[in-house]
Amino acid sequence: MASYRLNIMICAGTGCVSNRAFQIREAFDKEIRKNSLEKEVLTVMTGCNGFCAAGPIVIVQPEGIFYQKLTVKDIPFLVEEHFLKGRPVKKFMYTPPKETEPIPKMNDISFFQKQVLIALRNKGIIDPEAIDDYIARDGYAALSKILSKMKPQDVIAEIKKSGLRGRGGGGFPTGLKWELARKAEGEQKYVICNADEGDPGAFMDRSIVEADPHTILEGMTIGAYAIGASKGFVYVRSEYPLAVERMHNAIAQSKEYGLLGDNILESGFNFDVDVIQGAGVFVCGEETSMIASIEGKIGEPKPRPPYPVEKGLWGSPTNINNVETWANVPAIILRGSDWFSKIGTKTSKGTKVFSVAGKIKDAGLVEVPMGLTLGEIIYDVAGGIHSDKKFKAVLIGGPSGGCLPADCLGLPVDYESLTKAGAMMGSGGLVVADEDNCMVEMARYFLNFTKDESCGKCTPCREGNAAMLDILTRITQGEGTMEDLDLLEDLAHAIKDTALCGLGNTAPNPVLTTLRYFRDEYIAHIKDKKCPAHECRQLNTYTIDEERCVSEGHGCDVCRRNCAYDAIMGEKGKAHRINQDKCAKCGVCYEVCKFAAVKVD
Amino acid sequence: MPKLTLKDLQKKREEVKKSVILREGGDYKAKVTVHMGTCGIAAGARKIMDSLLAEVEKFDARDVLVTTSGCAGLCSREPMATVELVGKAPVKYVDLDAEKMKKIFEEHVQGGNIVTEYALAYGSEKTSY
Repeated sequence: MASYRLNIMICAGTGCVSNRAFQIREAFDKEIRKNSLEKEVLTVMTGCNGFCAAGPIVIVQPEGIFYQKLTVKDIPFLVEEHFLKGRPVKKFMYTPPKETEPIPKMNDISFFQKQVLIALRNKGIIDPEAIDDYIARDGYAALSKILSKMKPQDVIAEIKKSGLRGRGGGGFPTGLKWELARKAEGEQKYVICNADEGDPGAFMDRSIVEADPHTILEGMTIGAYAIGASKGFVYVRSEYPLAVERMHNAIAQSKEYGLLGDNILESGFNFDVDVIQGAGVFVCGEETSMIASIEGKIGEPKPRPPYPVEKGLWGSPTNINNVETWANVPAIILRGSDWFSKIGTKTSKGTKVFSVAGKIKDAGLVEVPMGLTLGEIIYDVAGGIHSDKKFKAVLIGGPSGGCLPADCLGLPVDYESLTKAGAMMGSGGLVVADEDNCMVEMARYFLNFTKDESCGKCTPCREGNAAMLDILTRITQGEGTMEDLDLLEDLAHAIKDTALCGLGNTAPNPVLTTLRYFRDEYIAHIKDKKCPAHECRQLNTYTIDEERCVSEGHGCDVCRRNCAYDAIMGEKGKAHRINQDKCAKCGVCYEVCKFAAVKVD
Repeated sequence: MPKLTLKDLQKKREEVKKSVILREGGDYKAKVTVHMGTCGIAAGARKIMDSLLAEVEKFDARDVLVTTSGCAGLCSREPMATVELVGKAPVKYVDLDAEKMKKIFEEHVQGGNIVTEYALAYGSEKTSY
């Protein structure tokens, strides 16, 4: 093996790949050859770095220099300056907002400082397509440990003691689930990895599969040994092609090494894994629907009990855990439950991976210890609100979660606190809203999603969500009544209590939490026929400040030319005016006016 | 390839471990900087680097960090290199060639004894990014 002096870690998560990470790698390799550095400098494609807002990202190791937003044409200069002459290039480094000096090293950037990596412990360090990289980072050491020293019951006891809870949403204790699956009667047992992540704005599971597929396989193998399963499935949606490809690749490598298949590491234990590609149906993230889908049936839920751990896939005991849960397992086995249970809060142990999206400066993927507050995640880690606008709400837990207001920024992130506030941990999607977002519209948007994704099997979810959506749509159009609010609440509770599966049970959460925390916005839509955030355009009135139009814009005429409805009167050099009878409230004039002469109310 | 046993896996891990050390920000016992400004490259710094990396490979010294830097300002004495053992002051070596670099690596980096006949000075100018 050649001894390289520099390792160039190029982020190849989906975000950076879409920002041309592969082309950047080609450019690096070309320039490295041109400068005869190919024996000194190695380029490595890694999984998602997490700081997606700064992509494409390149980290130069061993110094840990962080380069961001690179383009192909930057590469020749960078290679010559830094790799050849040893001068890190400031202009490609990250500069925090409001500061002038860039931060050269990744670990000094605030986005990374509060993070604690367990599930993502290998992100950016290993090549997800190289099993040797994973092995070098103590990969499959946990598997060696259990196969040589631990009985299945010991493994379950260790996981129980660690306090690990399901990361897919419900927060069910993982060790207990394994114990139930072990005790369940049946010759054939199965384990499943739920990688059917479908919440709008969530990309935690995808990033883990893309960054470190072997940790999931190792976790699943450990789980299978503990419960006595010989077959596993990774259920991943087809919309994640890179994750599918890397998982297939990882399985093939593991089989070649004898880490999957018959007689693993000569222990006599057999376990095999297949990838099942889902068709991108949200309800298939629900475990009974997922089982139906794997069986080749329509992805629809079944009443529980019987729970999958008793009677799951093809009627056999089946243990389903989420991607992130599986990724935690090898670390817990290797480092011990005591180490793990010291991280986090009393009831929620370890870390949680969040994808932070929406009106946020440093959107991306973060892993933080449980118990950190929402405010710390949004402001200290993710850099605060985009364009320094005012924070309004954060939707945590996706379409099944809740919208929490500014008062809740001090809330520690753990399963209990979030449920108490009306939201839920969910799988870990955080969508941040600022003052320009209408909360009624936000609730409508997510309900529209769940209504579309409802499988239609049970009436409360099929009809109830459609009825709620109808009411919300009327409210956003200024046609709601105060009685609608009571009806919404009644419907929401009825659906929550009676729907067949988790999708329906949680679908009303965004409506309920916005009603609880942002009732005044609903009332403004109904009584004043106004949208305080001006997002529901049908309720807006656009006018032109004629004085400003002339004094600042000299009657530039841009609004008139852009109005598709001929609703603006005026000519170049003179004041313009909107004919309210013709105005379709599309908002184009407001957007195109560079002089802030168009007012919205 | 044949299926791994527990022992094979452990052996494999030892083998590949070194390939990721560079990425983990781990512990180094020494840092060697080859000055590769235009003057350094013209004076033959590439040969110094090649010789250095060959030594690292020969001794399998993965705990030695090899890096480059720009012109050190003393262009007439290039090629130059700086050796810094952890916890010790850096030592600058001047007028190097491949053989001298080899000797410095073996005696100073590996052995801990400064090769005084090639050394210019202790210490280094202050650097910050």
